[in-house]
Parts: sequence; C-alpha cells; structure tokens
Amino acid sequence: MEWFVQQLIYGVQLGSLYALIALGYTMVYGVLRLINFAHGDVYMVGAFVGFYACTAWLPFKDLNAHPDAVTTNIALAIIAMAIAMAVCAALGMVIERFAYRPLRNGLNRQDARFWGFVGAIPLAVAVSDQGAPVVLAVYAVSGIALGHVLCPVVAWLRRRTVLSPSRLNALITAIGVSLVLQNGGLLVFGADPRFIPTIFPESSIALADGIHVGIGQLAILGVSIALMLGLRHIVLHTRRGRAMRAISHDIEAAKMMGIDTDRVIAFTFALGGALAGAGGFLVAALTHVKITPMFGLLPGIKAFVAAVLGGAGNIPGAALGGVLMGVAEAFVSGSQHLSTYRDAIAFCVLVVILLVRPAGLLGQHVPEKV
Amino acid sequence: MPWFAVRVASIAGAVAALYLLSGLLTATIEAYVLQVLVQCGIYAILAVSLNLINGITGQFSIGHAGFFAVGAYVGAAWTMLWQPHAVRVTSALAMGTPAGDALNLLIACALGMAAASLAGAAVGLPSLRLRGDHLAIVTLGFGEVIRVLLLNIDAVGGARGLSGIPTLASTGDLAVFWVFLFLVLVIAVSRNLMNTTRGLTWLAVREDEVAADAMGVNTTRVKVTAFVLGSAFAGAAGVLYAHIMTGISPDVFGIDTSIIITTMVVLGGTGSVTGATLAAFLLVALPEMLRFMKDYRLVIFSTLLVLLMLTRPHGILGTRELGYATLFRRRQTGSPGTR
Amino acid sequence: MKVLLSARGITKRFGGLAAVSGLNLDVREGELLGLIGPNGAGKTTVFNLLTGVYPPTEGHVEFDGRRLRRMRPYQAAHLGIARTFQNIRLFRRLSALDNVRVAAHVRTTAGFWSCLLRTAHAMRNDAVLTEKARALLGALDLTSVAAAPAGDLPYGVQRRLEIARALATDAKLLLLDEPAAGMNPAEKQELMELIHAIRRDFSVTVLLIEHDMRVVMGICERIYVLDYGQVIAEGRPERIRSDPRVIAAYLGEESEPC
Repeated sequence: MEWFVQQLIYGVQLGSLYALIALGYTMVYGVLRLINFAHGDVYMVGAFVGFYACTAWLPFKDLNAHPDAVTTNIALAIIAMAIAMAVCAALGMVIERFAYRPLRNGLNRQDARFWGFVGAIPLAVAVSDQGAPVVLAVYAVSGIALGHVLCPVVAWLRRRTVLSPSRLNALITAIGVSLVLQNGGLLVFGADPRFIPTIFPESSIALADGIHVGIGQLAILGVSIALMLGLRHIVLHTRRGRAMRAISHDIEAAKMMGIDTDRVIAFTFALGGALAGAGGFLVAALTHVKITPMFGLLPGIKAFVAAVLGGAGNIPGAALGGVLMGVAEAFVSGSQHLSTYRDAIAFCVLVVILLVRPAGLLGQHVPEKV
Repeated sequence: MPWFAVRVASIAGAVAALYLLSGLLTATIEAYVLQVLVQCGIYAILAVSLNLINGITGQFSIGHAGFFAVGAYVGAAWTMLWQPHAVRVTSALAMGTPAGDALNLLIACALGMAAASLAGAAVGLPSLRLRGDHLAIVTLGFGEVIRVLLLNIDAVGGARGLSGIPTLASTGDLAVFWVFLFLVLVIAVSRNLMNTTRGLTWLAVREDEVAADAMGVNTTRVKVTAFVLGSAFAGAAGVLYAHIMTGISPDVFGIDTSIIITTMVVLGGTGSVTGATLAAFLLVALPEMLRFMKDYRLVIFSTLLVLLMLTRPHGILGTRELGYATLFRRRQTGSPGTR
Repeated sequence: MKVLLSARGITKRFGGLAAVSGLNLDVREGELLGLIGPNGAGKTTVFNLLTGVYPPTEGHVEFDGRRLRRMRPYQAAHLGIARTFQNIRLFRRLSALDNVRVAAHVRTTAGFWSCLLRTAHAMRNDAVLTEKARALLGALDLTSVAAAPAGDLPYGVQRRLEIARALATDAKLLLLDEPAAGMNPAEKQELMELIHAIRRDFSVTVLLIEHDMRVVMGICERIYVLDYGQVIAEGRPERIRSDPRVIAAYLGEESEPC
C-alpha cells in the first residue's frame, strides 16, 4: 500500500512534466497537423538555460554553505524559470518561422538572410580564438554577405519549388530541426552531463506512515498545474486562444474569416515552447537529472505518445495522457522485475489504447466520409 | 521453357558479374572507403525496403530499426548459438570453407528474414485500424519495444549485445558482394512490383484507400504483405550488418536509426526506389565527407537536411525513377506514378 | 426481367439515427434505374450499403442469386458491383491509364509471386489488362489524357475517368453517385448520351443517384424516391413526376422543378 501510494505520487509528478511537454505537441498538432519532433529538444534547451541561469547568470547560493538563503533562492528560481520560458518561447517561434513556415508558404528573402547567418556560424567558430570583437565582426559581415548571396538562390528555388502537402515531408523537416538542435547543443553545451547544484531544501513531508512527498515533487506538481490553468485560460478566454481553436478546426476557413494564421501559429509555438522551457527548468533544478544535449529525445517522444494517447490536438487530453503515462511508468520502474522495461511501457500502453480507441482517450473519432 | 532458361541464365550472369565487380572493388579500394560503401549498401537495403511500406503503399511506418534488429539478432543467434548444434547433425554446415560460410550466411539470412517478416505481420495488423500519424507513433513504439526487450534478454548479451560474431571469414572479404546482392534483390523486387498492375494496386492503396477497396483491391492483404515484404528485407540487412560488423548491441537499433531510414525514404522522394537508394548513399556518405568539418559536421549535415526538405519538398526525385527511360527520354508515358 | 440485385428490409443506424430504414429495392438486369431524394435522404448510404462500405444493421442484400453477408467493398467489386463517388476519388498521382489498370486488376490471373518473378504468364496477363484499360480509355474518349496524372485533369474528364475505372472491373452493376454534379448543361447532355452508350456497349445495369431532374427524368426507366431513409415512391418517371408524396418531400426541403 505504501509502495503503491509512493509510486502514485511519483507518477503524478512525472506525469505532470510529460503533460507540460505534451501540451506543446498537441497544440501544434492541433493547428498544423504537424508532429513537432523538435519540441523535445526545445525542452532540452530549457533545461540548459535553467542550468546556466542557476550556475552563472543569477546569484544563487549553495544551501549547504548558506542554509538561510532559501527565500532568495526561490525568488531567483522564479526569475530563472521565466528566463527559460522566454528563451524557449523565442526558440519555438524561430523554429516555426524558419523551418515550418517555408513548408507552408515557400521560402522568401527573409529566410535567405536567416540561413545566411546560420551558414556564417562555422566561420565565426573558426576565428573563435581571436577574441569576442573579431568573432562578432566576422560573424556579422559574413552572415550579411552570405544572406545576400543566398537571396537570388532562394528566389530561383522559390520559382522551382512545388509545395508538398505531405505530412511525411513536414515530419522529416521537424526531425531535421531536432537534429540541428541536438548537434548544435553538443557544440554549444558540450557532451558532458551537467547538474544543477542543490538550490532548494531537500526535505520531504511525511503524509502518513512511510509515505513521503519531496518538496521538489510538490513544487513541480504545483507549478505544472498553475501553468496548465494559465494555458487553459489563454486558450478558452482570449482572442488569440479563440483564433487558435478556430485554426485547429479549419485553417482555411479561419484564414477567410480574417485570422492572421501565421501569427497565431507563431503564438502557438511560443506557448508550447514556454511550457517546454518551464518543464526543462523544473526537471533540471529539482530532480538533479543529468542534462545532456540528447536528453530531450526520450521525454519528447514519450510526451508525444502522451499527446496521442489523450487524443492528438486535444488539450485536456494531453494533460490526461501525460499523467497516465507518468503513472504507468512510475509503477513499472518502481517494481522489482519490470524496472528495466520502463522505456517500453509507454508504447505498450499506447498500442493497447489506440487499438481500442483509435482517436485517443478524449479525441473524437471522425469516420471518413465516403 | 525458353523464358525460364533465359531468366535463370541472366540472373546467374548478373550474380557472377556482381561477384567479380565486388572482388575488384575489394582489391583496389582502400579499406575505409570500402567500409563506407558497405554501410551505404546496408542502409540502401533498409531504405528501399521501407519504401515498399512507406513510399509505395503509403503506410506511415517509422520504426524500421525494429525489423533491422530482429534480423540482426536472429541471424547472429544462428551463427553463434544454434549453428554449433546443427553442425553436429550434418557436417555440411561447418564454417571455414567458402561454401560452408556462404551456406551459413544464407541460412542466417533466411531465418532473420522469416523472423523479421513475422514481426512485420504483427505490426502490419494495427495498420488496418490506424492511419497516418497514429500508425507512425505505433511503429516507432514497436521499434523501441524491440530494443528494450533485447536489452533484457541475457541470452543475447543484454545491454552489452553480442560481440565476436563470426565474420564467416570469406564473407568478410565479400561484404560488398553480399550487401549489394541483397540490395539488387530488393530493388528488383520493388521494380518488378511497380511494373505490374499488382504493384499499381499498392500505389492505389497509398492514393486512396476507400477507392482502391471499391475497385476490388484487398487493402488488408496489400498492407500486411507490404509490411511483411519490407520487414523481411530489413531483416536481411540486419543479418548482413551483424556478420560484417561482428558486433551488435541494442543501441545500434534505437529511434535515431529508425529516423534516419525514414529520412532516406522521404528525401529520396516518396515511392521512388532509385530515390531511396540515392538518398541512402547520400545520407551515409555525407557525414563521412563532412569529416573535415570535425565537430561541426553533424550540425551542418542536419542543417542541410532541413534545407533539402524546404527546397525539394517532394524529395530528390519526387515520384520519378532514375533509369534508362528517364535519363534518355525526359518522360516515360504511362509509367507508374508519373509526375 | 431477371432481378440482378435485391435489397430486403435493409436498415442502417448510426448511433441512434437511422440513415436508412427498412429499404426494399430491386434492380432488374439491364435497366437504368434512378435513385433520387432530397439532401440527406440517405442515397449515398444506400450505395455504401450495397457495396459493403457499411454492413447493414438489419436486412440483407442479394446479388446475382447470391446472398451477401459481411461483404467488404473489394469483394463487391469482385462480384461485379462497381461504383463512382460523389466527391471524385481518383488515384490522383497515378496516370489516367494506371487508374483504369488498377481496376482491371480485379480480373487478374497472375499471383503475387509470379508478379515478383515476372513470369511469362504474369507479363502476358499484364499486357492483356493494359490493353483492356487502353481500350476502355478509347471507348470513353480519354486516350489523349492517358498519361496525365488523374488529379490534374479537368473536372468533367475526371468524372468520365471514374466511370471508365468502374467499368474496368467488368461490373454487371454500375452505381453512379451524382455523375452530373458540377457539370454545365452541354456536359450533362453528353453525359446522358454516354450513360446510354455504356449500357448498350458494356451490357451493364446502371443505378444512379442524381439531383438534376432533367437528367434523371431524361434517362431513367424507373425511379426510386428516398426520403428520411425510406422509399416513398417507385415507378416510371411520369408517375414519379406527378406523385403527390414526392412533390411534398421536395417542396418541404427545397423547391426543385420537377
């Protein structure tokens, strides 16, 4: 019984994290019918931003040395989380703007400039031992120059390109973006795993005999729930949220009703990115997990599974799916014989549920009209 | 039956020519390039076999590494675990001679293909109920489940995997031959299929399942057959991989491998057999060619991938095929999937 | 005249809603039969029931002397029931010829393995099917677009190609779902002639759903009128035109000139 409750608590906490990531997947899937494979890597970036915020940017105090710094640390943690959310929201928008929007609308001159700056990165890195001003100058000049060179190329390509409505094509683009983020992360952050030092008290509250809840677990749960309520408010009660729902219902009709779909889609990516950033920060700061550039892959996929489980495109469904996945995983990894199967359980649950309810738990099955 | 004689003779001639050519390559090309070439070949088998499921029949399967793994492990199990028992029954199975090695490799391939196609049938069945993204995620999950299962089976080494798989000594030298033999085989199967009306029915399932059904196509059978056939060849690729690399572990068959195979199919142009082959060579060779970029090569590689998708949304070849006809005449009339 | 297809008391419920209830329908061999009714009367559902897209909740269908149970659409095609779709469903990226070849494949004699091995039999069989497909394209005046992807063809041509595709299954019964939808009067006139010609040349029985009364009254020999999933009238066009129940059904929904 104790074991059961303990695993349940752990599962709900884990599940609330999956839910945070799954929400980003499901919102994007809702508006674009796109599996944003790079979302897990946005979460990874969130964790790294959290790491740098906690270790370098903000004056956190190590609790082992300063036991009385708890309140300042909490205040700083809120700021750190806000930074992670902001960075990830921006990253989400950049990804949408320069990888997914050209899939819908074709490439244009702005894309050429962006890719020019991407192409200039190796040059800047090549001169990295010359000091910051030189690097910046080289980067700026070569980026602008490359963008100018690319403009006519892009114009030529644009004339030749026949846009493809294929979802497979979009999926591969998303996978490519995910690879860019992972490999870019390897370059920028290095391959060594990082840890965030202890910035919160590690005490736990005894609920009953033998059942403990860690403060960190409670914090994760509380923050996730607060964020989800915030998202619910945005989606249900704001103009932007209504536009999002309209687009997910029928993007063409939404366009004709005067909704600036590109902007709303960018907003959707920003929202999803912010949630993933918050999730990444929470995990990094409160669970002492090893942060590596690859660390977004598996949680990302599991969160997507959670989104499908709940019904892709369905926001409450993603939250439900996330929690279910977390609980299932907690029970499997907590049991003695099955713990090595923890990464497979997600998919087993998914296969069973999809075979029974092909549209997911809360999704509505729309039979194809003949 | 003159048709039969001609066919057998031409196949035998082609195999002999391939044998000589690979011998020549092995003798002249440096070992490193040869190794890359073999990798290219193995991934091309995987890409072309996935193209049967994904490109031609339109079933959104992205867990191909699972079938690859099943083939590799079952093939390795034959040469490491079962063959020592079998050889006591008949000495014809002894390894060490070219004929014995070839026989053992073929048996391993047969077993690996059979096991992988069984797995293919098992995954094909959900495809009857699921479509699009849902099917994709289920197949991806299947690959992951296979990997985790392998991690937990001690008989095949768990997380360490199997090492010291016999290269089947002469097979080692003939890696190029065997790999390209199977590559030619899977391409031939795809091409023969695409050139008959039966293959057209597979394309019809991709284009519109409801209409295909109404026109008398047993869509259930087509889909399951596609899964079985495609995964069988992935299994063969696995057997070859195991016996050429001489070591396998569950890590080799992770999600990233599945993803790269899917990428090859889409990049090649959905449904295009030659496109998938070309993309496989490109995606395996490109990171090698970018080696001078050192740490940046993977970033550049993945950036190029995104750019390629944005500038050639229909893949390198679209649904076209590269062949005499398309090379020398611009367009073949009435060929399957002309566009 | 021999009855080719008969539906006895077929009912189809979606949840609580009965789209078709207790429908009796007889199609006699060689006739040109119309199925009309206001929007949402359940006409396309009837087609879906006859071709096995949905299993009927109750009742049964008999075709060519055989009772059909748990039939899948491809089996209907093998038996000789072919159809077109209201919202054209061609294999858009395949050429017009290949669209027809897919349907001709119903009558293939070559097995899977002989196709993979390209045996002489398979190749010959394929040549026969391709020839048949070409002949059909010729008969429906589609030879000039044989190589073009079906999705790129003009609307009217697509409709004709769908009919060609259905005919390629060697159907005994051809179900046409609103073949004249979206056509201009001249095209409709051509279509009517085409349907007559098809019935004559391919000796098929035709059952068609149509909204355009001029087309229906012009070519159908007998008409069933469906409303709320039930047959409210049946008979020759002149009788249907003056049937008070039919007029009421139409005036209640939309006033289409009868």
